[in-house]
Amino acid sequence: MSSLQMPKVDSLILSKKDKIVSDIGRIINPKNVLSHPDELRPFETDGLTAYRQMPMVVVMPETVKEVSSILKYCNDNKVKVVPRGAGTGLSGGSLPLEDCVLMAMGKFNKILEIDYENRCVVTQPCVTNLAITHAVQDKGFYYAPDPSSQIACSIGGNVAENSGGVHSLKYGATTNNLLGIEVVLMDGTITKFGGKAMDSEGYDFLGLMTGSEGLLGVITEVTVKILKSPEIVKAALIGFPTIEDAGNCVAEIIAEGCIPAGMEIMDKALTKATNDYSKAGYPTDAEAMMIVEFDGTEHEVEAYIKKAKQIAEKNNSSSLKVSKSHEERLKFWAGRKAAFPACGVLAPDYMCMDGSIPRGKLAEVLREITRLSKKYDLPVANAFHAGDGNLHPLIMFDANDKNSLKKCEDFGADILKYCVKVGGALTGEHGVGIEKRELMCEAFNDKDIQQQLTIKVALDPNSLLNPGKVYPILRKCAEEGRVHVHGGKTKFPDIPRF
Amino acid sequence: MEEKQNFQTSLDFNQNIFKPSTRKEIVEIVKNCYKKSIPLEISGLQSKNKIGRNFQAEKTLDLSNYKGIIDYKPEELYIKVKAGTPISEIEEALKKNNQQLAFEPNDFGYLFSGESNSGSIGGVVACNFAGSRRFKVGSVRDHLLGFQGVNGKGETIKSGGTVVKNVTGYDLCKILSGSFGTLTVLTEISIKVLPKPETSKTLIIKNPHIKKALDYLGRSLSSSTDPSGGVFYPDYFGKNFILNDLTHDGGLTGIRVEGPMNSVDQRINRLSKELALIDNEFSVLDSVQTEIFWNKTKNLEVFKNLKSNLIRVVVPISETLQVIQKLKKDDLNYFIDWGGSLIWMAFDQLNSKILSEIKEITKNHQGYYTLIKIEDDFKASADIFTIDPIKYKISEKIKKSFDPKRIFNPGKMYTGI
Repeated sequence: MSSLQMPKVDSLILSKKDKIVSDIGRIINPKNVLSHPDELRPFETDGLTAYRQMPMVVVMPETVKEVSSILKYCNDNKVKVVPRGAGTGLSGGSLPLEDCVLMAMGKFNKILEIDYENRCVVTQPCVTNLAITHAVQDKGFYYAPDPSSQIACSIGGNVAENSGGVHSLKYGATTNNLLGIEVVLMDGTITKFGGKAMDSEGYDFLGLMTGSEGLLGVITEVTVKILKSPEIVKAALIGFPTIEDAGNCVAEIIAEGCIPAGMEIMDKALTKATNDYSKAGYPTDAEAMMIVEFDGTEHEVEAYIKKAKQIAEKNNSSSLKVSKSHEERLKFWAGRKAAFPACGVLAPDYMCMDGSIPRGKLAEVLREITRLSKKYDLPVANAFHAGDGNLHPLIMFDANDKNSLKKCEDFGADILKYCVKVGGALTGEHGVGIEKRELMCEAFNDKDIQQQLTIKVALDPNSLLNPGKVYPILRKCAEEGRVHVHGGKTKFPDIPRF
Repeated sequence: MEEKQNFQTSLDFNQNIFKPSTRKEIVEIVKNCYKKSIPLEISGLQSKNKIGRNFQAEKTLDLSNYKGIIDYKPEELYIKVKAGTPISEIEEALKKNNQQLAFEPNDFGYLFSGESNSGSIGGVVACNFAGSRRFKVGSVRDHLLGFQGVNGKGETIKSGGTVVKNVTGYDLCKILSGSFGTLTVLTEISIKVLPKPETSKTLIIKNPHIKKALDYLGRSLSSSTDPSGGVFYPDYFGKNFILNDLTHDGGLTGIRVEGPMNSVDQRINRLSKELALIDNEFSVLDSVQTEIFWNKTKNLEVFKNLKSNLIRVVVPISETLQVIQKLKKDDLNYFIDWGGSLIWMAFDQLNSKILSEIKEITKNHQGYYTLIKIEDDFKASADIFTIDPIKYKISEKIKKSFDPKRIFNPGKMYTGI
């Protein structure tokens, strides 16, 4: 594991490991309590594989009551808990702690109800994102948010991270497609926020929990909206001689009032890599390649495609192909969706970054990334959810070389700082986790962070649920001079700092 | 930026109504009230101030002077404004670029004062009431990209930003939307804007029966014709709509379709076929009439100058019919929006017995109610907002985390919050 500082290990808790294992073994089926190193190994990392840590114990509850009892036990005994869904998160949100109980939600894997009348699905949290669409597609429905990992990522994890995807430009991220959740707080309280109705009473706890990265509660049930599948979907594959032209085309399409279902840009490096990998028929001579997709009724899609074509031509497009069939459209996407494995061929390891920027700053940010790539001497390929300004630079490095990992992390941090500088955000859809934790002070000042920490403390006074994630551990932040510390005294001495 | 701790006081703290025009003044007022534990009523343009419980506040923080557009980038689809900016001013600016606030903020002016008053953006966010496009585009909270505000200690805080995709830290935009000014004084608001559709049309189906109407709405919303509005007005409201192409004055179901011209015509045709409508059973409103019709709906114009009580009920669509049937009393006037999920109910007579019945019924049908307008003598004792005990406890904690001395709108939503 790299040098990232994690919350102080509680040696007293570690010394009581056997007792904790047997106590929890009385709360749930002891077969669902794992403590042998061989059993713990699969849980040592999530999608951010550069960081690894074995948990003290893994528990796999089967009912909400079990979740509640375990959390209550851990709260009473001051044991840290790290929740985990499918373990595909890219920001290290479910990285275990040495002295934690890792709560693996894998047994919550059933869809509970499909309700076409209210156009929603009630499901357990460890059902995969794609399984929801699979369950309703025979009736012509689907679940809109589609993170790239949708074949494997869990819907509960999507809620915890507020996952987006290629189509969030038109259909929003998880938070906009969620109707309700059942959640267990650290003290064992079981409650429901929202339900099948479109709004719910009082404060919007559903919205607060969504994207809270497992710090405020453990999600045990999820109700999502499903949408009627569009009548037709068409995509255009457009090449541009410069990134600027592609960026201008994006801005103009949006300004013209066409909201595509998805609008993706890849730079030359990634276009070539993905085309070599998946033979998608991409224009590999173009400096930038765009896939723009429209859905709706036939007339609507035709009108938008026509408009997009005109705008692309006006912006010097070098090639333009419109999908003529469902298969051809999927082929267009095949390359983009294979961006990760394609980079895997180019380098031993890669790190996927996730910054969000104003659409108009695309060319400027890509120029900066090119400059940084030279500075750090690491190759980078860029994928971009251009419609909603979400940038995914894939930095290639060699994890066996410690210096290379360090350089990669510094490179990534510089990209994200630049995103914030141009008016964007540190993370568009992957979450902060541990990956971007130390950068929070770039986006927020002390007061902003303290307000968020006060909410955390209100719901989890001992900071036992997923500690060390999202918010900087004070010492580190203070060392970097970002949090104002005067005379060694912090402003809010009563607030636990993990 | 960090606030300076000791800046010069320019305000007279003896006055009861503060009308700050800078954030610095807002911070100063809140800090002073925090120090002295003085409760503050937060107010904007008085369009929705009657919604909520009665409460005592020594001072009023009137944000109507804190207004203006800070930054509007049509190509980035956002507008950043000061919290007291009138919705009308924002909509005017957006119109010039053929854009709109897609969540269609309700105009409660007609209900409370007989004339338009769509209020301020701060008030719209604080109440989180969305218009007819709710089921398609979400509520106000889904369009709030970021904010800056002053918490109960007088500290300036922010969350979100101006980009649509942002998962950095807790999503405080959500918890502040619909918090009725009880957590934070909003100062700056960044809100997502969207292009206006090229055109829109409305399919009006003659039909006085709610059961049939809910069937029409359910089928439309589940079809690929992608409607953006679905209402039902019973017989007694039919006369409220005088439009050239509206050929009858009885109960009606209205379904709106928006988009490029060809596509709208195609979808309206398809809808009438899918719903198996016969020729004299429906009419189609063009875009001008469509705008009038849906404006009247979002502005609750059928309840203009309402003397009686108005309740807003939200339930899953499958429950609407039963809720109406159970609550059907002689003096109930209602209409249905959000494709069947939102019921606006006016009762001539309301007392605690009827109200607890409504509470029980909406709860049993997985929904909730909010009392929007209520006779003064009953207001003090009525539950304006509903809540269950567990959520109340959590709400208390959240309130404390933003406003530890309970100085913002204390008791406006719930006793003790």
